[in-house]
Amino acid sequence: MADVVAIEQAAKRPEGRARPPSGAALRRWSLRGATFVYLGLFILLPVVAILQHGFGDGLTNLKAALDTFGAKAAIRLTLEMAALTAIINGIFGTLLAYVLVRIRFPGRDLLSTVVDLPFAVPTLVAGVMLVALYGPSSTVGGWFEARGIHIIFAPLGILLALLFVTLPLVVRSVQPVLLELDPAEEEAARVLGAGRWTTFRRVMFPALRPAIAAGCLLAFARSLGEFGAIVIVSGNRVNDTLTAPVFISQLLQPGHYGSTGGPDPAAAVSAVLFGLAFVLVLVTEKLVSLGKERS
Amino acid sequence: MSAPPSERVKPSPAGEEDLTRLRNADARRGRLVRGVMLAVALIYVSVLLLAPLAGIFIYALRSGLGTIGRTFSEPDVRHAFLLTFVIMAITVVVTTFFGVIVALVLARDRFPGKRLVSALVDLPLAVSPVVVGLMAVLLFGRGGWFEPFFASRGIQIMFALPAMILVTIFISIPFVIREVVPVLQELGMEEEQAAWTLGASRVQTFFRVTLRNIRWGLLYGIALSAARAIGEVGAVLIVSGTLTGKTETATLYILRAFDQYQDQQGYIVALTLATFSIVLLIGIETFKRRRTAEAD
Repeated sequence: MADVVAIEQAAKRPEGRARPPSGAALRRWSLRGATFVYLGLFILLPVVAILQHGFGDGLTNLKAALDTFGAKAAIRLTLEMAALTAIINGIFGTLLAYVLVRIRFPGRDLLSTVVDLPFAVPTLVAGVMLVALYGPSSTVGGWFEARGIHIIFAPLGILLALLFVTLPLVVRSVQPVLLELDPAEEEAARVLGAGRWTTFRRVMFPALRPAIAAGCLLAFARSLGEFGAIVIVSGNRVNDTLTAPVFISQLLQPGHYGSTGGPDPAAAVSAVLFGLAFVLVLVTEKLVSLGKERS
Repeated sequence: MSAPPSERVKPSPAGEEDLTRLRNADARRGRLVRGVMLAVALIYVSVLLLAPLAGIFIYALRSGLGTIGRTFSEPDVRHAFLLTFVIMAITVVVTTFFGVIVALVLARDRFPGKRLVSALVDLPLAVSPVVVGLMAVLLFGRGGWFEPFFASRGIQIMFALPAMILVTIFISIPFVIREVVPVLQELGMEEEQAAWTLGASRVQTFFRVTLRNIRWGLLYGIALSAARAIGEVGAVLIVSGTLTGKTETATLYILRAFDQYQDQQGYIVALTLATFSIVLLIGIETFKRRRTAEAD
């Protein structure tokens, strides 16, 4: 009988929607509570700890960290490698998305699966793979080495590792937008006399731009923090192939840097890097939702 | 890629024949452009992703069955795999359980500050694993906020399993939530409301309707989460103290093997993880296809 009453009540509501059985408010608040506690404890609290330790004394810790031998070079190298990664994968990732969406060929599903490989493979294992293939003792690596091209323990190896890890980020960000795009618009442009390149530049690219930018920013942010894929590949030589995440991990090794090391300077450098990456991710979200609104 | 010159379809003065010829030429060029694009894409993926995968297979298997057998009979290696598995299992359970709750709240509830909560969920994607390890040091390490509390009760967090699990959970939080929220938003509430109207209880409705509807998206998120948990190295390295045979996961074992010039063992363990991740990848792709198929 209670159900009948509930239905009658539901029917009387202005919006006429069926309401969940009684106690809904309690349940809603317990779900909300669980959400806040879970995210608060696991995410918010650690972030507050980083900020408090990094900037609790103003910019003293950041200055101390930046004055550490090799710090500035590490940050510069990380930014350069991340930028190169974002640009190269921006181009090839967009191309791959186009190929996957618009060209029919046997093995398309397989290619799509292979593109997701970096999502599944541990980043450290990706680094090990690169060492196996391009290491000085391997056939391929030896061939390059003989021609004076150093890959492993050199910036080129870092770049390859970052390209490996971030490729699916760009492809998966461009692909859904490309799927939504109506080929009729491009056909119209072609019929009206535009060439292929003009059609791409004037019709497709403007529609894809937010998605491509979002993919590139994600790849950039991911590259800033990458550790596993790089640590084996780069050789971690100070002022040469040491990246910021590896630098932070070294600051945390007891006694490694004497008095300049420790959690607080590490927290300062981390807070800067991570603040940058987080802002980029937020911008990305904005771009994605803008793109959705437009289509 | 060279840009083909723009080619205008000529108006009537050009005869019917000319038009057909132009069209054929254009179609040929179109095939050529597509062929070149496909070739470039395939070469890029082969060089960047497939060649290294082949490289590790060749390197690990070259060492011969004897070395492979010896590697797997090493107690350190066995313990490392066991530890990786335990951490993954606990991480998956926690991130799935709470992930579904958070997804329900984000997809269906409205409250001020919801955007902030949503941004918070994405935050681990932006944080370097090394920074995650540092966060744990700041909270539980010497002089950390919670260190006195746990130390006085004799509970070891840092350089032990709890810290390793905590950092792995932090890193894996976004996957389930990000995959389930869009599915819930697409679905709307109609089916649930129908179930309630027909007298199903809240719990019945959740298990029979909601969970059933989100299952592929959920499994996809779980697989991504598991892959991430198995592969985590930066954060775990910092909080584990890398005590061989105690807090050494499979990835940390690989790191140590390469540090100590035992590359062969490193390659073999890495290949094992790679093989496992390929199995996971097949699961990921299947779940993703099912999810898209059901969304249509």
